[in-house]
Parts: sequence; structure tokens; C-alpha cells
Amino acid sequence: MPELSDRARDMSLIEARDVTVRLGGATILSHVSLTIRPGEIVTIVGPNGSGKSTLLKTLLGAVTPTQGQVIARPGLRVGYVPQKLHIDPTLPLPVLRFLSLPKAVPKTLARKSLERTGVAALADRQVADLSGGQMQRVLLARAILNDPEVLVLDEATQGLDQSGSAAFYRLIEDLRGDLGCAVLMVSHELHVVMAASDRVICLNGHVCCEGAPEHVASAPEYRALFGTGTQGALALYRHEHNHSHDHAHDHPHEAAE
Amino acid sequence: MILDSFIWRAALAGVGVALAAAPLGCFVVWRRLAYFGDATAHAAILGVALALSAGLPVFLGALVIALAMASLVASLSGRNVAMDTLLGVLAHSALAIGIVAVSFLDGVRIDLMAFLFGDILAVSRMDLAVIWGGAMAVVGLLGWRWSALLTATLNEDLARASGIDPQREKLILTLTLAVVVAVSIKVVGVLLIGAMLIVPPAAARVFAKTPEQMAVLAGGIGVTSALGGLAASWHLDTPTGPTIVSVAAAIFLACTIFGLIRRTRQQA
Repeated sequence: MPELSDRARDMSLIEARDVTVRLGGATILSHVSLTIRPGEIVTIVGPNGSGKSTLLKTLLGAVTPTQGQVIARPGLRVGYVPQKLHIDPTLPLPVLRFLSLPKAVPKTLARKSLERTGVAALADRQVADLSGGQMQRVLLARAILNDPEVLVLDEATQGLDQSGSAAFYRLIEDLRGDLGCAVLMVSHELHVVMAASDRVICLNGHVCCEGAPEHVASAPEYRALFGTGTQGALALYRHEHNHSHDHAHDHPHEAAE
Repeated sequence: MILDSFIWRAALAGVGVALAAAPLGCFVVWRRLAYFGDATAHAAILGVALALSAGLPVFLGALVIALAMASLVASLSGRNVAMDTLLGVLAHSALAIGIVAVSFLDGVRIDLMAFLFGDILAVSRMDLAVIWGGAMAVVGLLGWRWSALLTATLNEDLARASGIDPQREKLILTLTLAVVVAVSIKVVGVLLIGAMLIVPPAAARVFAKTPEQMAVLAGGIGVTSALGGLAASWHLDTPTGPTIVSVAAAIFLACTIFGLIRRTRQQA
């Protein structure tokens, strides 16, 4: 990870303050507060319907909070990798042209970006012909074009097999090292994702628990949400958890019930 | 002066409509809005009836009603309704109600066929000015928003993250669709506007490697269809609007067969 001064580290890139989102009468998020700081990898985990995608959209400004506020640093450069890109086969679009949407970039920069994510050979292929794994790397190459301060990934490894997504997360870690950007991702692949994260936020309409991966994996709130079905995640961390946690959270734990 | 000749006016009108329909038609194809285009076009006949009864220009009535229909459909498409069924209901009801409305207009002698299938040989200088004005506005608007429209077509979240409002881009498509429908009535009629939107881009897809190539090729195919259809209808004494669409369909068929042969050769 690149060196950052303490001051830079304290300066948040995106901050959610007590955010509540209601959509069509249903409360999707209640009183969510979180901060993304430069250079850190933050992962949001949570079961289906826990508001992960809504939280991401709120942080990106696509959804306006009903209460509370989202503060992004002015002029923040965001690189966004969507969950998946369905492209209609009637739309002819070479990979290089795709990287120039919506803003034209020099071809050399686009090729360099593709090289960085390991898909330089795909530059002249049609986007509609790419496999899931190739598509994700092309999307990642597009996201890093503007030298982002924060990379945002929404379930970016959906449809990839386990070794494919592990390789993808290693690539994300490498990129974070090269670019010094923060990474914010939403994922359901707990064990793979958590290992690569600096901080994990467990979400279920509200923030259930938050902290280092080991801390979250052993938190009762997390276990209540994911049960024992997530052997991978637990097995990964359990061996170093023979000590007890006293969870000094300053918020109620409704969801754990 | 070539505008004195009705055949030249017809040719220019056909070219104008083809040029505007091509880039918009690409988005209609890419976004799978074929039925959306039909519903808007069919609704325009109601606008024609209203305009005639109020003594207003037909173009204006068609534009207003097409815009209303396109906005209605666009606003419904964001919600959780069965779009396919709803569009079917709207498209056919609008057409039926429009025709019934036209039949109430006694006193004025109206050639219903002219509005359903176009009456390109009767294009006046004023019509020509409206067609080209509308067509240039559509091409200009689409050209100006091209990259944003393409990004929003690929993925709305991706567009938003790039600072593009997908709703605004959708509004631009809705607006241009209404304009294209309004200026096309005289040329191909409400029933065949959908064909002018879909068929040339579908044929162009076989050869296009980029979105821009597809739009330009579709324009070329549209213009060829308009001029070829006009010539064919002159010699064969057939209705011009349907002949134009028939030529476009023939080009589509030839392109598709060529594409299939090329693919089997590549695989062999």
C-alpha cells in the first residue's frame, strides 16, 4: 500500500451520516453511517434484500436519502464496476470503443489500462462476445481509466467460478497498491472477499457490525445473519479466535434477533 | 427549380425521413423499443383526427399526441408492470380509437389510407420544410447526446457513475421519437413508421463494427430504400409507402443471407 500521511488518511472520500432510505413505503436502510478513507478496502456484506445495492447507489448519489446525508469529497474521481453488463447483441461495440464511453480517451491510455487488468489481447474484440471473466476485467480497465480515488464494485464476481473470483480479487488488491485508491465493494462471497478487505461492514437494513474481517467473522450479529452455512468464512478466521470479544457497539442490534 | 416537381419533393421527403429514422432506429433496436415505436406511431392517427377537427396542421396534432403517448409509455416503463402486454394494449387501442375519431370527421373529405400508409407523392413545399426541419433537429439532438445516450443504453448505473442522468437521455429518445413519427406520417404513414425505424438498422447490423458505423450504414440503407421504393412504385404503379418498406425488407433479407453465408464460411 502506498504511503499516505495521517492527514490524508483522516480525510474521508465518501461519508454517509445517519442515512435512512425509504423506497415505496418500505424502509430499505435505517440510520447507516460509514466512512470510506483513502487507500482502504471496505467490503459490505449482507444477505439478499439487506440493502447492499441501495447503500451503494446512495453513496454514488443515484439514490437520495430520505434522512441523513451523503458527503462526497468535491471532485472525487470514482471508478465504477457494475454488477454485470448486459449488452444487446444488436449493438456492435469493440472493447476499445467501449473504454471511450462516455468520454473519449487516447487509445494508448485505453490499451495500457487493458494491459493492467490482463486483457490487452481483447482490445479489438466485440464486447458482446466476451465471457463473464473477460467482461469483468474490461469493466475494471474502464473503471481505472480516470485514475480513480475510489473504486466501487457491485457484486463484481457474480457468475465467476471460485478460482476466477479469487484471481479477480487479487487483481483488485494489486490495483489498490498501484493506484493508491480506496476500494468499496459489495459482495456475497464472504470468505474470498473478507480475506482481501481492510474493513468489513455487515449490513442488514442497518449496520449490524463493522470492523476488521476477523472481528466481523466472529461477531454474533454476523453469525446470526449467515449462520453456520458459511463454513469457509468462519474456518478462515476461527483458528485465531480463542479469545473473547466484548462488542462495544454503540447502536442497537435489532437484526440479530 | 427542382422543388416544382412532385417526384423530386417526394424523393427529398423520403431521404429526410430515412436520415432521421436511422440513428433513432439504432437506439430503438439496441434498447428493444420496437413496440414502443409502434405505440407512439399508432397514437399519432388520433392526433391527425384531432388536428383536422380543430383546423390545425396535421403535423402539429400528430406531434402532440405522439409526444403524449411516448411520455406515457416511457413513464410506465420505469414501473413494475408487464410492459409487453401494456404496450400491445396501448398501441392497438390508440390506432383503433384514432381511426374511429377520423370517421367522425364528416364535412372534411379525408383519405384515411393516406395517413395509414403515407402519401409521399402529395408532399408540398411546406411539408418538405417541416420534414427536413424535424429531421435535422433529430439528427442534431442525437449527435449532440450520442456518447451519453450510448452509455445510458449500455447500463444505467454505469451512466449515473459517469455523471449522466439516464432519465434525461430517455426523455431525449422519447422526444425525438415523437418528432420522427410526426414528420414520417406523410411519407410512410403511421402503420409503417415502425418499419423505417427497425428495418434499416437491422440490415446494417450485419456489416457494422461500431455503433457509429451502424447508424451511418442504416442511413444509407434507409435512403436507398426510399429512393428505390419511389422508383419502383413509379414503374409498377404501387402504393409508395409500402413499396419503400418492401425495398427495405428486401435489403434486410439480402444482408441477413450474406451474414449467414459469411458466418458459415468462417466456421468452415
